[in-house]
Amino acid sequence: MTINEIQEEIIEEFAGFEDWMDKYAYLIELGTDLQGLDEQYQTDQNLIKGCQSKVWFNASLEEGKVKLEADSDAIIVKGIAALLIRVFNNQNPEDIMNADLNFIDEIGLKQHLSPTRSNGLVSMVKQIKMYGIAFNHVK
Amino acid sequence: MTLDINKIRKDFPILQEKVHGKDLVYFDNAATTQKPTQVIDEMVKYYYKYNSNIHRGVHYLSNKSTDGNENARKIVQNFINAEHLHEIIFTRGTTESVNLVANSFADRYIGEGDEVIVSEMEHHSNIVPWQLVCEKKKAVLKVLPFNDNGELLVDQLDGMITDRTKIVAVNHISNSLGTINPIQEIIDIAHARGVKVLVDAAQSVQHLKINVQEWDVDFLVFSGHKLYGPTGIGVLYGKENLLNEMPPWQGGGEMIKEVRFEGTTYNELPFKFEAGTPNYIDAIGLGAAIEYVENIGLDNIDAYEQELLAYATEKLSSIDGLKIYGTAEHKTSVISFLVDGIHFYDMGMLLDQMGIAVRTGTHCTEPVMQHFGIDGTVRASFSFYNTKEEIDALYNGILKVCKMFVH
Ligand SMILES: Cc1ncc(COP(=O)(O)O)c(C=O)c1O
Repeated sequence: MTINEIQEEIIEEFAGFEDWMDKYAYLIELGTDLQGLDEQYQTDQNLIKGCQSKVWFNASLEEGKVKLEADSDAIIVKGIAALLIRVFNNQNPEDIMNADLNFIDEIGLKQHLSPTRSNGLVSMVKQIKMYGIAFNHVK
Repeated sequence: MTLDINKIRKDFPILQEKVHGKDLVYFDNAATTQKPTQVIDEMVKYYYKYNSNIHRGVHYLSNKSTDGNENARKIVQNFINAEHLHEIIFTRGTTESVNLVANSFADRYIGEGDEVIVSEMEHHSNIVPWQLVCEKKKAVLKVLPFNDNGELLVDQLDGMITDRTKIVAVNHISNSLGTINPIQEIIDIAHARGVKVLVDAAQSVQHLKINVQEWDVDFLVFSGHKLYGPTGIGVLYGKENLLNEMPPWQGGGEMIKEVRFEGTTYNELPFKFEAGTPNYIDAIGLGAAIEYVENIGLDNIDAYEQELLAYATEKLSSIDGLKIYGTAEHKTSVISFLVDGIHFYDMGMLLDQMGIAVRTGTHCTEPVMQHFGIDGTVRASFSFYNTKEEIDALYNGILKVCKMFVH
């Protein structure tokens, strides 16, 4: 699926939630289910700065596709990271670079997007895009 | 006297607001307090009717604004019982007050090898200014520790003081633990050894009556915005003789007597330390806030807030897996806590969805978090406009969050 198709899918899923409790319960579920990062990858280098919670992203390039893994000590933040992985994992670096992210807005997580919010969603997205740019360069 | 909380709540327009469609429960009072209409109206009145730059005009408005500013100074003087009006310096807040003292005091009194003592439970704004100054002067910063209840080990203080120690800078009440420190004892110990004391009262002027002459404290600093007043205004109280001996910190208008390129002379206290156009409207707002608080009575406020603290401590302690950080015998209405297996940020985000405002993180006291080996806490801090029903809402909210995490 393309990045946009996945985003559409997520937006549809979230449209089904009645209230905030369902939405956050789902994020908690996603966070709990996301396989974390091996401790060796929980490094300062992979740490996203400027968050109240700790978030790590690790990326590699396999057969032209970007492989993403993430972890966080806060479950909801990890759930948000899981959504980002679902959107960006196994995509081409170029597509990641040029992706237009609208799902965050649409599913009502925009309040977590402002650059001063401490969960660092902005920093996470920026970091993923940086990986896209770097791997595109390598290719 | 029992307070009429319903009537008091009507004084604070923001408490009628909804958040995410729910009634706002505001438990972030240690970060900043809400403002009563009495404060807002007074400031609006000055902007509408009397605004004019102070101390320099010959005209009616300038005199009105000047009077308002100086009247506010008088209110502050009475509030903390300072001996002289000119011992009250207006600043931007606690942080600026500490920076002013750290820099100016150090210039006059601190040299290479001298020592400054702070406590392990200080807010960063009573640590970093001293670190900067110590670095500049090649002085040494020493740290008075606290025990696992969050109580300062005051009996170690005398042993830490040497003949090179110049000042002890300590908070009256800890913003992350709620501990009320034995300030009188600390001042007496320091003074017996000829050491000056700065007290950070940012978390105490809104709860407890302070008398600087009775304490014999050398410097006292606090912020207006935690005392139901506006942001951007704060106070430095200093003893006259010290303030007179200390050099100016910032230069500019207002703080001078005569300006000559060959050498400038400085204005008298308090103006020597108030460079530039003062924040007189906010000073006037602070004056109104102090009058509001004194009208209700700090004794009444303290008694009611202690009731809220006891109620909340008991309720929250009954929650499985909930641990309170800061269990000193003497506390104000601040509860820092964590629930097993739930990150403080998750807790804060979910409580926010229920309309409950708490603070999460380190609360600008990273050494306190390091003491307990944690990354942060959830902090609920209560004011006299809060109610037991709101504490019930917090209690139920935490239970709801716990339930969401069980699955
Ligand atoms: C104990 C203490 N000291 C200092 C400060 C700093 O106050 P301000 O940010 O108003 O300068 C605070 C406020 O967060 C505080 O709680």
